[in-house]
Amino acid sequence: MSSTKDHSGVTTVATYPIAIEINGKPQQLDVHPWTTLLDLLREQIGLTGTKKGCDHGQCGACTVLLNGKRINSCLTIAVMHDGASLTTVEGLASGDDLHPMQAAFVKHDAFQCGYCTPGQLCSAVGMTAEGRAETSDELREHMSGNLCRCGAYPNILSAIEEAMPATREQLERDKGVSR
Amino acid sequence: MTVKTSPVGKPLDRVDGPMKVQGQAKYAGEFPLPGLLYGHIVNSTIARGRILHIDTRAAEAVPGIEAVLTHENRPPIASYDKPYEDDDAADGSPFRPLFNDRILYNSQPIALVVGESLELARYAASLIKVEYQTEEHATDLLTNLDQMSTAPADLPGPRGDAKQALNNAAVKVEVQYTTPVEHHNPMEPHASTVHYLPDGTLEVYDKTQGVQNCMRYLEDVFDMEGQIRILTPFVGGAFGSGLRPQHQLPLAVMAALKLKRSVRVSFARQQMFTFGYRPRSIQRLTMGASSDGQLQAIYHQAIAQTSRFEDYTEQQVEWSGMLYKCPNVTLDYQLVPLDVYTPLDMRAPGGTIGVYALECAMDELAYAANIDPVELRQKNFTDFNANEGKPYSSKALLECYEQGAERFGWSKRTMAPRSMQDGHQLIGWGMATGMWEAMQMPASAKACIDATGKLIVSSATTDIGTGTYTVMTQIAAEAMGFPMDQVEFKLGDSNMAKAPLQGGSFTVSSVGSAVQKACQELRMKLLDTVQQTPASPFSGKTPDEIDFADGWLFIKDAPEQRVKLTDIAAETGALEVEASVEPGEVRDGYATGTHSAVFVEVKVDEDTGMVKVSRVVSAVAAGRVVNPKTASNQIMGGVVWGVSQALHEETQMDHNLGRFMNHSLAEYHIPVQADIGDIDVIFVEEHDEIVNALGSKGVGEIGIVGVAAAVSNAIFHATGKRVRDLPVTLDKLM
Repeated sequence: MSSTKDHSGVTTVATYPIAIEINGKPQQLDVHPWTTLLDLLREQIGLTGTKKGCDHGQCGACTVLLNGKRINSCLTIAVMHDGASLTTVEGLASGDDLHPMQAAFVKHDAFQCGYCTPGQLCSAVGMTAEGRAETSDELREHMSGNLCRCGAYPNILSAIEEAMPATREQLERDKGVSR
Repeated sequence: MTVKTSPVGKPLDRVDGPMKVQGQAKYAGEFPLPGLLYGHIVNSTIARGRILHIDTRAAEAVPGIEAVLTHENRPPIASYDKPYEDDDAADGSPFRPLFNDRILYNSQPIALVVGESLELARYAASLIKVEYQTEEHATDLLTNLDQMSTAPADLPGPRGDAKQALNNAAVKVEVQYTTPVEHHNPMEPHASTVHYLPDGTLEVYDKTQGVQNCMRYLEDVFDMEGQIRILTPFVGGAFGSGLRPQHQLPLAVMAALKLKRSVRVSFARQQMFTFGYRPRSIQRLTMGASSDGQLQAIYHQAIAQTSRFEDYTEQQVEWSGMLYKCPNVTLDYQLVPLDVYTPLDMRAPGGTIGVYALECAMDELAYAANIDPVELRQKNFTDFNANEGKPYSSKALLECYEQGAERFGWSKRTMAPRSMQDGHQLIGWGMATGMWEAMQMPASAKACIDATGKLIVSSATTDIGTGTYTVMTQIAAEAMGFPMDQVEFKLGDSNMAKAPLQGGSFTVSSVGSAVQKACQELRMKLLDTVQQTPASPFSGKTPDEIDFADGWLFIKDAPEQRVKLTDIAAETGALEVEASVEPGEVRDGYATGTHSAVFVEVKVDEDTGMVKVSRVVSAVAAGRVVNPKTASNQIMGGVVWGVSQALHEETQMDHNLGRFMNHSLAEYHIPVQADIGDIDVIFVEEHDEIVNALGSKGVGEIGIVGVAAAVSNAIFHATGKRVRDLPVTLDKLM
């Protein structure tokens, strides 16, 4: 698959093929060496669930799970991730069943405008997998890379606290499957 | 058959929640279009002068670059002021992007580079060389006070004789506060995606708080009446930044018209600092009271910055003449024009800074008179708005003080500063009153039954995160008597029924009233239609005697007498009603407002000066609350904004360059998760049948007003230091 734009001139700049699994689906993509993982998702393959808030790693709206670890997708170049497995907000739910974290965000009204939400969700799932934050204050600290300008922080915290046990179970199950 | 309960007043989940948590909600810069081009804006690097020459050749030579637009080659645009005057325009001559060679402020858009990809356009933009003729600029409010003149605001005239009363007052406070420039910085940067249709008309996905405002603006500026449609299904926050069309919109349209292609222009985060903002201000207050704390006189003067081309005004000082009972009041509001962009309404515009000053001054007065801050406010309570000479339609502020103080534990507070230390931490408890207007604007809504029997209601409003989709669905469901899942509310399309800008906390009161009326009328129309049938069992029945369930219309007392809604629709064509609601005449005799009492605990580290807001109680009187879940989220967000105003936010300018320095989310500080403690929201019961048919006053702004004062007052209580310059950063406490 060559998804690079084929207009005159630009084709003279080499693109590089990468194999990357996105939300469980293996993909072969040709990417420019300067394209960030975020722009690859949003502009090249139309996965606009991952948001661009600053493009400088300062807001966390672009957080995705790269090989299970949370990362600011605006700060990493797509071509570096040949062979990687990526989960975006579009890949959290299983079919019609929301991920426990997603369901808790709806229940606790853990957002208003929704623009930081995909990053908050991926970050919360990534944080759960890290297993380092337990108390409310620790959760607050470990979620402080994701800005929410609407100020829904208290509801975000409540949602995460409720969804962490189920998220942990799901992560364990997924680990079992991949073994 | 189950007994129906109204969904209004229930803490229901957002109807658009599942879309938002799955990344399915699409924002302005996310609509894919065939052959889409990307524009990148070039900004000026001087604050005042002229462009002598723009060399765009190197940029144009980049393969994949389709055009570089400047004032020299843009498509024709209107030359008079009028077409640029949108629904939220300030007095004056609105900024016209790429109009001519004049530079009016630093970072003004001066060119748009359009190319096949985002990166290409951005790269090519870096190759543009601009030669300027620079003129001397002035951007510092504090050093240009000699330029001030009276703001074109409709202030109430002096009441009584404040000067005389101040001379005679037993207790007096004379203080000055300063507040900085702040930028809205919604998480979603502004963006416009222009779809160039084969017939030359445009469909524009835009980030805005007013789809019809943007439609009219483009129609007028580009002389394209009837050829523009604006679509805004989701907005990634705005807080006022979308009240006026921002310049990415006309720039994207220019490129689309020039190239006859679809074009998207998005702001980079840095460019979110190149248009409106909350103005820097000086607030001067002199207050006098009797020895028992009865207010005798208030003098409140505000001095704020504006641009040289528009006189931006907001309600900064009026609050001091209406919140408390005070016989002698003089209000004054001055503007200083500078070589900057025009300020723009930002969450609770004017109230956020004016009430901050008033409520800090009240705290200072409480200490001067040695009266508990809550008691001082209770003493000076009034249910009469003396600015307008009218009673309030409702004002449950005393209940806010009482319930808020009770929840917070205020009675355990000791009055003396530094009296509540906890080991190394200084503890401070502070409070303030908050207030906002309860406005209503003319609005319309359309209601119809679709082919499946579902109720579809629409209005050209937006949902900037406030919960409009959800609360309108609730209001429609109640008015029609439908279950929630049989109702769909649509918004964000300029072709829909007329709606005002989404701002000022008046969407529920305005659009909600129209939604309610449209549904009530549709209910009547349905009944009317079935009564036309010969020997109809419905004849003689009133709207109260009928009900709906599972797509059927039936008689309550005889549910077997029923008609399928889709059959009615099929026989008579689409059943559709459009209703408009104007603010009721009954309002004319009253003043209307929302009120709050905010209680704050801070912990201050004596050595580092670090302040942590550990808990906040906000007790709010806002009439009937349509959805306590989304409404309390609004209040919490407002509180977070207030904490931010008190401790974090400030856009700093390098006055040598006349340019903002900290134009990024790393250096423009807003609270993160770890900065926010517990926030407890109380909605005090308040019945109001005057304010509008719903009895609901709106909650978008009231949450922020008063919070910065309560935090500042808590910091004084903790440390004994009055910091009268926002934000209260640690250097000011050391």
